[in-house]
Amino acid sequence: MFEYAPAPESRSIVSLAPSYGLFIDGEFGEAKDTFKTINPATEEVLTEVALAAPEDVDRAVAAARRAFQSWSARPGSERAKYLFRIARIIQERSRELAVLESLDNGKPIKESRDVDLPLVAAHFFYYAGWADKLKYAGFGPDPRPLGVAGQVIPWNFPLLMLAWKIAPALATGNTVVLKPAETTPLSALFFADVCRQADLPPGVVNIVTGAGDTGRYLVEHPDVNKVAFTGSTEVGRQIARSVAGTGKRLSLELGGKAANIVFDDAPIDQAVEGIVNGIFFNQGHVCCAGSRLLVQESIAEELLASLRRRMATLRLGDPLDKNTDIGAINSRAQLDKIVELSEIGSTEGAERWSPPCELPDRGFWFAPTIFTGVTQAHRIAREEIFGPVLSVLTFRTPAEAIEKANNTPYGLSAGIWSDKGSQILAVADKLRAGVIWANTFNKFDPTSPFGGYKESGYGREGGRHGLEAYLA
Amino acid sequence: MPKSSTPSRLAVRKTYKLYVGGKFPRSESGRTYLVDGDNVALASRKDARDAVVAARAAQPKWAGATAYNRGQVLYRIAEMIEARRAEFKALGVSGAEVDATVDRWVWYAGWSDKIAQVAGNANPVAGPFFNISAPEPTGVVGVVAPPSLLGLVSVIAPAVVTGNTVVVVASNPQAAITLAEVLATSDVPGGVVNILTGSGAEIAPWLASHDDVNALDLSGIEDAGLATDLERAAAGTLKRVLRPVSGVDYTEDPGTGAMTALLEIKTVWHPKGF
Repeated sequence: MFEYAPAPESRSIVSLAPSYGLFIDGEFGEAKDTFKTINPATEEVLTEVALAAPEDVDRAVAAARRAFQSWSARPGSERAKYLFRIARIIQERSRELAVLESLDNGKPIKESRDVDLPLVAAHFFYYAGWADKLKYAGFGPDPRPLGVAGQVIPWNFPLLMLAWKIAPALATGNTVVLKPAETTPLSALFFADVCRQADLPPGVVNIVTGAGDTGRYLVEHPDVNKVAFTGSTEVGRQIARSVAGTGKRLSLELGGKAANIVFDDAPIDQAVEGIVNGIFFNQGHVCCAGSRLLVQESIAEELLASLRRRMATLRLGDPLDKNTDIGAINSRAQLDKIVELSEIGSTEGAERWSPPCELPDRGFWFAPTIFTGVTQAHRIAREEIFGPVLSVLTFRTPAEAIEKANNTPYGLSAGIWSDKGSQILAVADKLRAGVIWANTFNKFDPTSPFGGYKESGYGREGGRHGLEAYLA
Repeated sequence: MPKSSTPSRLAVRKTYKLYVGGKFPRSESGRTYLVDGDNVALASRKDARDAVVAARAAQPKWAGATAYNRGQVLYRIAEMIEARRAEFKALGVSGAEVDATVDRWVWYAGWSDKIAQVAGNANPVAGPFFNISAPEPTGVVGVVAPPSLLGLVSVIAPAVVTGNTVVVVASNPQAAITLAEVLATSDVPGGVVNILTGSGAEIAPWLASHDDVNALDLSGIEDAGLATDLERAAAGTLKRVLRPVSGVDYTEDPGTGAMTALLEIKTVWHPKGF
């Protein structure tokens, strides 16, 4: 491997205020308490944001309720034009938002710039177009919005998850109160400014920053009609319990433990690229990450040799460097969890390997890691690690691959690598997962529905199907 | 047509030419006709044939663009029309009609990546097969446009949003060529929309009988006898013919019919098995 000169993206495009308030009813306002958000690559404090108290959430829900009447009564074609405006402003500000996202999240600029932001703009663009076409969407001649949506999103794709939540909600005539993740509140606050630039009526979008309690208070709020959550299966369960009996509509996009199945006829180099993309994209902070590699025994040795070679070329470091492949782990807490599960992997008898990889002194980092000799009973084969850690298992027959792939409480995604189309389709039929990638992985598009089977949640985001979660 | 009101300065007038292949040629025939005091190019049979060549050349690339990209391009057209509001109003188009025209482009822009989700589907065939049907553009569409600006965009947009290219005969030449200027300054590739000014009765028969035209939209033909003759001519190459019942109200929700009439459905089978 040859050396690359540093190629840092300038952070001067982002101008951060010393503190940010809550965005309620079209205005930024103060809150009693605040918390700091840091750059996980340096542990430097970026700025301070408001910690919403229950009464702040009450105000936000009340603002969304007031706005709902006129927003839902507007012709779809008018709602559409607001969303098109938002999409356009995001396109124009996309570099700024990409740098901001990398600062607050730790993901490589290459990903925030080339994946997150284009998808964010495209998502608003796509749902903008649905706003005046709802009667064609297949949910009846006159589908109606639900009311106020309480939305809680995770830290792995902060702005993209916001787009997945807000775009369909607004297109269908709902109003929203959204709580971004505690460790990544900034892009949502910048989005609030985008709403102001677009002259979006006050109260249609409200952003309340805070921690777990803020989110809990929001989803349990009696005047919320719809709850949408993306995050861990454990919190998803709690939300489902709290929503039970309230009549609220609920959609959940939770954890995963995706199998990436490589058959012996797969093109090895492409499969290796797909495996690397599947588990190391976004530091493995991806609910649909291909975290279990199932490789056919006859090619396992060759494939793993090639995978190790490829892993040795991954560049870990400054997220703002345009050549960086693996950025920072998003938080100390997440790093601790990855470290803990990896240690358990070794303790339980799997063989751990990482390429030589220098970690920066400050910030939260974890080298790309694979475990071989993993069995289905190992915790690293069963639990979501949510980091750059791949568990490798082998199989002999397609039936065994299917059996192992489905042997998980999760069911979000899966990958299949084979040159034989009929085999891909037959295996895809038998996998209990909501998204199946064949000879590719981690592909996303606003037109394509995303969501899980089993304990990976319910409801779909994206595509025509994504409208259903917000329509009565 | 805006004339200068400042006596000290003589206005520079616009020349209204055709719009073919992204350029603004005069009619090869050298003919013009007078509209509101302006000499406007009067398209000929040869111009129609040139326009078909341009439309055919542009079609594969336009159809091959992603639906998202076509949607962006159409939305950009809406932005550009909005910016030329004053110019359209000076040509006698009402403010309400400009509004409706912009909104119509926006409506169709949104359809680009949705029509396949409404007009296509997976088919549960009784056997171990993956089977999916999806729409594709039919190809080059000859269009005789209705006279209003809103009518004009209501026949162009549904054809091009799905990846067809069009040769349009327009009977409101100044508004149509102003629209062509909008298109020329948007991101629409040259040849996707070609606009001929002149007589539908003169040009349409050449489009109807042209072997390299795949479909014909007769929305602007008022004369029922002529429309039937054109349908008959179109039968020679089994063109798809869109002939709306007379008296279409272009201010109403246009539905999906104008798009689906210009689409082919392609069904793909693939076996499933180990």
